[in-house]
Amino acid sequence: MFRFILSRLLQAIPVLLIVITATFFLVRAAPGGPFSAEKAVPPEVIKALEAQYHLDQPMWQQYVGYLNDLAHGDFGPSFRYPGRTVNELIAGGLPITAELALYAMLVAIIIGVCAGVFAALKPNTPQDYIPMSAAMLGICMPSFLMGPLLVLIFGIGLEWVPVSGWGDLPGDKILPSITLGAGYAAFLARLSRGGMLEVMSQDYIRTARAKGLPERVVVLKHGLRGGLIPVIAFLGPAFAGLLSGSFVVETIFQIPGLGRFYVQAAFNRDYTMILGTTVFFATLIVLFNLLSDIVAVWINPKLRHQLREGH
Amino acid sequence: MPLLEVDNLTTHFHTREGVVQAVDGISFSVDRGETLAIVGESGSGKSVACYSLLKLIPQPPGEIVAGRALFEGKDLLQADKKTLQQIRGNDIAIIFQDPMTCLNPYLTVGEQLIEPLIYHHSSSRKEATQRAIEILGEVGIVEPEKRINSYPHEFSGGMRQRVMIAMALITEPKLLICDEPTTALDVTIQAQILDLVKALQLKRNIAVIFISHDLAVVAGVADKVAVMKDGLIVEQGSVDDIFYNTQHEYTKKLLASIPEGAKPGASSPGTFNPDASSIENKPLLSINGLKTHFHDYSGGWLKRNQKVIKAVDDVSLSIQPGEILGLVGESGSGKSTLGRSILQLVPVTSGSVIFDGTDLTQLSSAQMKPMRRRMQMIFQDPYASLNPRMTVFDTLAEPLLYHGLATRKTVTEQVLALMDDVGLARSAIRKYPHEFSGGQRQRIAVGRAIATKPELVIADEPVSALDVTIQAQILDLILTLVDKHHLTMLFISHDLSVVRYIADRIAVMHHGKLVETGSTESLFSAPQHEYTQKLLSAIPVADPARERERQMTLTKLIPESTSEI
Repeated sequence: MFRFILSRLLQAIPVLLIVITATFFLVRAAPGGPFSAEKAVPPEVIKALEAQYHLDQPMWQQYVGYLNDLAHGDFGPSFRYPGRTVNELIAGGLPITAELALYAMLVAIIIGVCAGVFAALKPNTPQDYIPMSAAMLGICMPSFLMGPLLVLIFGIGLEWVPVSGWGDLPGDKILPSITLGAGYAAFLARLSRGGMLEVMSQDYIRTARAKGLPERVVVLKHGLRGGLIPVIAFLGPAFAGLLSGSFVVETIFQIPGLGRFYVQAAFNRDYTMILGTTVFFATLIVLFNLLSDIVAVWINPKLRHQLREGH
Repeated sequence: MPLLEVDNLTTHFHTREGVVQAVDGISFSVDRGETLAIVGESGSGKSVACYSLLKLIPQPPGEIVAGRALFEGKDLLQADKKTLQQIRGNDIAIIFQDPMTCLNPYLTVGEQLIEPLIYHHSSSRKEATQRAIEILGEVGIVEPEKRINSYPHEFSGGMRQRVMIAMALITEPKLLICDEPTTALDVTIQAQILDLVKALQLKRNIAVIFISHDLAVVAGVADKVAVMKDGLIVEQGSVDDIFYNTQHEYTKKLLASIPEGAKPGASSPGTFNPDASSIENKPLLSINGLKTHFHDYSGGWLKRNQKVIKAVDDVSLSIQPGEILGLVGESGSGKSTLGRSILQLVPVTSGSVIFDGTDLTQLSSAQMKPMRRRMQMIFQDPYASLNPRMTVFDTLAEPLLYHGLATRKTVTEQVLALMDDVGLARSAIRKYPHEFSGGQRQRIAVGRAIATKPELVIADEPVSALDVTIQAQILDLILTLVDKHHLTMLFISHDLSVVRYIADRIAVMHHGKLVETGSTESLFSAPQHEYTQKLLSAIPVADPARERERQMTLTKLIPESTSEI
C-alpha cells in the first residue's frame, strides 16, 4: 500500500510539471499583459513595473525563477492586487469555495446515489425512467441556467431563501449548493444505477436471496458495496471538479470564492495568479484522484489482496 | 405425502426472439431422505426448474406460467413474499454451481454464513458465529475459527464450495437443492463433497434434489433420476431403471457420450505409435529440473510472511514429436503453471525448457517471438478467452498477420480454410463469439491455436467447461487435427476419463511435483504411485451398482482431513 501511494505521488510530478509549463507559456502567449490598461500609462512606469516583476527578463529565466519559487511553496506576488501574494489570495478564497464544494458534494451524493439505487431496483419501469430522465435533464442543464431558475422560483417567487450571498443571511447557502451539486448528482445517479444494475444481476445476489434475506438487506448489505465502487472512484475527481468549477455559481450568487478570483485573474492577465491557482487546482485533482483510488482499494478486499501481493 | 410435489411446472422467458419455454410442464416429487437427480445438458431447463420453485429466476424476463409445487402441503408458487423469505434458506436451501461467483466478494465468509441463522432463527451474532465455526469444521475446513474472517477470494474453488455447502446446511433445511455442486471441482474433492452431502443427508434425513450433467456422479448419489431435455422430462425412474433399462433415445445418447477409456479399440486413439518412440528419437520438448516459485505476501502489510509457493517444483519431462502427453492433477497441483512456464508466460525460477534444441528460458522476449509461432495454447474457458469484440475472422486472422503467415490478400482464404479444419460453417466468419455455443467457441479457440501451424500445442483444460456430448466432439476434433497437422500436444486436465481417451502417455502432478509418468494403458491398469491410485479410485463410474460397491471402499481411501487451503 505504501509503495502504491508513493509511486502514485511520484507519477504526479511530471503531470504537474506539464501543467505548469503549459500554463506558463500559454498565458504569456495570450495578447495583452497585466499592465496594459485602458488608460495610457507612461512607458517609463510600465518599464519600472515590468522590472519589478522580472517581466523584462528572457522567458526561460522567468520560467526557471518561477519554478524555483514554486519549489519553495511560493506562488509569487499578484500583479493586479499590489502588495498581496497569490498565496494569501488563495488562502482567502479557498475556505469559502471548499465549503461550497462540500455542501454541493453532499447534495450530489445524497440525491444522486439514492435516485440511482432506487432506479436500479426496478429497471425499465417508471421507477427507473422518472429519476433517470430527471438526471439526464440535470446533466444537460448548465449551472448558469439552473442557478437563475432556482433563484427565480425559490428566491423571488416563493421567497423561501435569499437570492445571493454567502453566510450573510440564514439559508443563503442552500441555492448555490444545489445549483453546483445538481449536475454531479445527476452524474452520480447514472453511475450508481449502472453499478447497482451490474451487481444486482450477480450470482451472489441470488445466493443472498436464496438464503431468505429480506430484500432490504439484500440491497443494502450485499448490493451496495459492490455497486457503489464506480461512484467512489468518481468522488475524488468530482470533488476536485466542484472546487475548480465553482466559478459560475460563485458569480451568479455573488460568492467571494476562489473561482471568481481565478476567472478575474484570467481577464486581468494576472500571470502569477492564473498560474498559482492552476497549479493549486491541478495538485488538488491529482490528490483527490489518489484518495478515491485508495478508498476503492480499501473497500474491495480482492484489490487489497492483490496490492499486498505486489501486482 | 412426499415432502415436495411438483406438478406441471411451466416457466417461460420473454426474450427479443419470442417466448422461450425454459421449463415446459414438468412434474416430479421427492421425499425425506431421498435423492432425486435431474440430469440434462446446459440449457435443458434443469436449473431454471429448481430456481422457479423459490422464485429465484429474474422476473421479468422470466415468468412462472403454470404449475403447483406443494412443499409440506403449501404451494410455493402461490406463496407471498414474506412466506417465501421464511422458506428460502430455512426449509429449502440451495448449493449453487459456481462457488467462484456465488459468494459475495465484499463480505467475509463468516458474515455470509451467519446471515441465515440471524434472520431465520433470530440467533445472536455470537451464537451464530459459534455455529458457523462448527459447521465450517464439519465440512472439512481447517482452522475454521481463523478462516471465518477470510474473504472468499482467499479460498480455492473446492474450499469455497465447502463454504457454500456450510451456508446451505447451517439452518438444517428439510430440502437441499444441489445445482451441479461438484462440476467445477477435482475428482478427489468431488468425492469428498459428495460423501459429505450423503452423510449429512443420512444424519438429518433431508431430501436432496441433485442437478447434474454428469451421469457418473448421478449413478453414485441418486435414488431417482429425471432426465431433462428442452424443458421437458423425457424419462423418469429409479436410478437402476435409468441406467440398466434405458427407455428414451436421448438418455441412451447421454450414456453413450461418456468418455470411457475402456471403449473397445480406443486404448490409443492418438496417432502416436509407442513402438516408434525409441530412445534415439529426439524429443520435441524436454524440461529439466524446472522450478517456478511464487512469493506469497499474505498476512498484513507490515508483517509480511514471505512464504514461497512452489507451484512447479523440480519437474523433468519430455514430449516426443507427434505425441499427446496428458498432464493430470488437481487444482493447485501446478499443472497450469507448468504449461505457462513452458511457454514462458510466467517467470521461471530455475531449470531449462528445451524446445527443438533451444533453451527457452535463456531467450529474450524478442527472441521468443518467432518461437511463439511454433507453440500455441488452447485455454479452458471459451467464454473468457475470446475477445468479445472481435469476429471469428479477426480472431483467426490476427495470428496469421502478426506472424507474417498471410498477406492482406490471402488472409480471408486462409481463415476460411481454418474454419473448415475446425468444423465451423464458413458463413459464420463475421459473427462475434456471443453468437456461438460453448462448443463452437472452443472450435474457434482451437482454430486460433493452430492458425500459425505450431508444432507444440498446450491445451489447458480445453473441454472442462463443456457438456458431455460437446466434450466428445471437441476431443475428436483435437485428435483429428493432431493427426492432420502432425501436432505435438501437452493436454492438461483434471478429468482422468478425458485424458485417458485422448493421451498416449500420462504424467501425474501433485503439489508441484511429478509423481508418475507412464503410458496411458499401464498407468490406468497398474498405477504405481499411491497418489495416482487414490486419484483413479475417486473417478465416479456411470454404473449405479459399481458405484455402490466403489463407495464402500472409497471411504477408506480418502483421509478425513485435507491440507488444501
